[in-house]
Amino acid sequence: MESLKFDLENTELRTVNQYLHRPAAELSGKNVVISNPNGAHNIAVGLNAEVNVTIDGHAGYYAAGMNQLATVTVTGSASTGVAENMMSGVVHVKGFASNAAGATAQGGLLIIDGDAGLRCGISLKGADIVVGGSVGSFSAFMAQAGNLVVLGDAGEALGDSLYEARLFVRGNVKSLGADCEEKEMDQESRNILVDLLAKSGHAEVDPDSFKLFGSARTLYNFHVDNAGAY
Amino acid sequence: MSDTSKKTPQTEPRFSATFDPGTMSEIRRAAATGIYDIRGAGAKRKLPHFDDLLFLGASVSRYPLEGYREKCGTDVVLGTRYAKKPIHLKTPVTIAGMSFGALSGPAKEALGRGASAVGTSTTTGDGGMTPEERGQSSILVYQYLPSRYGMNPDDLRKADAIEVVIGQGAKPGGGGMLLGQKISDRVAKMRCLPKGVDQRSACRHPDWTGPDDLEIKIAELREITDWEKPIYVKVGATRPYFDVTLAVKAGADVVVLDGMQGGTAATQEVFIEHVGIPILAAIRPAVQALQDMGMHRKVQLIVSGGIRNGADVAKALALGADAVAIGTAALIALGDNDPHLEEEYQKLGTTAGAYDDWHEGKDPAGITTQDPELMKRLDPVKAGRRLANYLSVLTMEAQVIARACGKSHLHNLEPEDLVALTIESAAMAKVPLAGTTWIPGTSSF
Repeated sequence: MESLKFDLENTELRTVNQYLHRPAAELSGKNVVISNPNGAHNIAVGLNAEVNVTIDGHAGYYAAGMNQLATVTVTGSASTGVAENMMSGVVHVKGFASNAAGATAQGGLLIIDGDAGLRCGISLKGADIVVGGSVGSFSAFMAQAGNLVVLGDAGEALGDSLYEARLFVRGNVKSLGADCEEKEMDQESRNILVDLLAKSGHAEVDPDSFKLFGSARTLYNFHVDNAGAY
Repeated sequence: MSDTSKKTPQTEPRFSATFDPGTMSEIRRAAATGIYDIRGAGAKRKLPHFDDLLFLGASVSRYPLEGYREKCGTDVVLGTRYAKKPIHLKTPVTIAGMSFGALSGPAKEALGRGASAVGTSTTTGDGGMTPEERGQSSILVYQYLPSRYGMNPDDLRKADAIEVVIGQGAKPGGGGMLLGQKISDRVAKMRCLPKGVDQRSACRHPDWTGPDDLEIKIAELREITDWEKPIYVKVGATRPYFDVTLAVKAGADVVVLDGMQGGTAATQEVFIEHVGIPILAAIRPAVQALQDMGMHRKVQLIVSGGIRNGADVAKALALGADAVAIGTAALIALGDNDPHLEEEYQKLGTTAGAYDDWHEGKDPAGITTQDPELMKRLDPVKAGRRLANYLSVLTMEAQVIARACGKSHLHNLEPEDLVALTIESAAMAKVPLAGTTWIPGTSSF
């Protein structure tokens, strides 16, 4: 199917986003290409239709923010907060992602082929994130639900104050945050990992090469003896 | 020889002003438990407040408006800067953000009913929007908080305005914690948490840090909602001149400024009483910031923290605010801390009027609880009616004062209508000490 093209060199971002907010039935199945993004912020935010959007280049802050249903591909890199608070759909960054990738996302799948910066998956609330490279420090801070898969390394304080999210890391973890601990890879977790590796183009990667981290659940209810951990 | 038949006069027992009985009881409590005191509500200490200001009614030099005959407008439009659909309120008294979770479902519904009955707005809180709240609130402001608990773009689109919460007066710089006993099945589901665990709320937003980022975040919210909805920025009162300046530069349509008397669902007592400044001290610097940017009345200012009556409303507006918000007063109107529940408050180790353990979820009034049995005690229709009555009284009282000052609209009240009773309040509100022309800090006596 032929793509509808918007060139941000000569089109207002507002015009593009408002087009992408048209009724779902009108947009469903359409392919939209946004060229010359040149790091513009807030591209393809608030989508709520099964539309395929390609951002052809580098995106600024909050690309595909609060995404619902749509498939958004960034052919370059994405700045802070890509797919923040995503509810459903797929966001695929072929380059690197900056800080807070997938922050608070509740559903859907965020795929980052390269590295992700600090606080990847912060306050994750149910979405899945697969990072082909490494993630920076404080990733999955206070992550409540969902899964973070990291094929490379994790920085400091991984999973600090974690709730119920699962963290799969293949490489080294510089340090674990408060209340985050390594868990035995149970079958349910392994199945989730295998599925996410397949969906994100990493089907060939051995799931048994990952370690699983989760919450030790010692901070779930405040107790003065744990004050030093906060 | 001493006369032993006469008793030596004794100095009566004297309490220390520094180590008073309340202070000593807190030391004993801390020593016994090893944990700080957590409570709800706002600052309880005596602070310079609107009571320290008086209006100069009309006399020979100015003439008043005839009460009940000559019109005194009360309407206000919020979000005129960028929003395609600004909010029109019939009264400048709004309901502040309070969460479902901290408050029961019936309490949130009652707030919506009361506010809607008089044509004003109510506000969600941490934890998201409930259908009851949306259904009963004709104008609903959706809070966008650091925790993003319950944050849903569908609700964002359903809202009439969006309030980006940076902080609140009771705890500027602080996050929050909703204790596990209030995380019921429904609250847990909305917040995506296991039932019964403490819900820790972050103090900073997860995906932006400074004012430059805030500008991009506000732009994102506008793009998502097609530039229709007013975007508020709420700050706790600390450095109002700079915070208001930065909020306006970041693109806010409305700034909400909450003084330290503003309530919270649960925070450390030491935080509530010792961080932030009273709303009286915050309004004039905030208004000055707007004026210096040429944005006064273009970016609207909502102030909150200790608004109790129409005089407070009128004074806040006279100092330059466009509207006020009430939280604690609204809960009292619903039935919080009512003396008819004294026996039950006694069982909780407190007394009606002083109950502030809102985080424990045992509220006999059924307002700050998720206990199904306690919740049933609050009839949302009757409580909503009480709130509507109270909001009407606030509006009428403010009109009484405005007419006495010769003003045909509440927004025509001005600082020149006010004097101060104390040097402190004169300095903070930047109005003269009564009977003088002296404004401490700006002119010599």
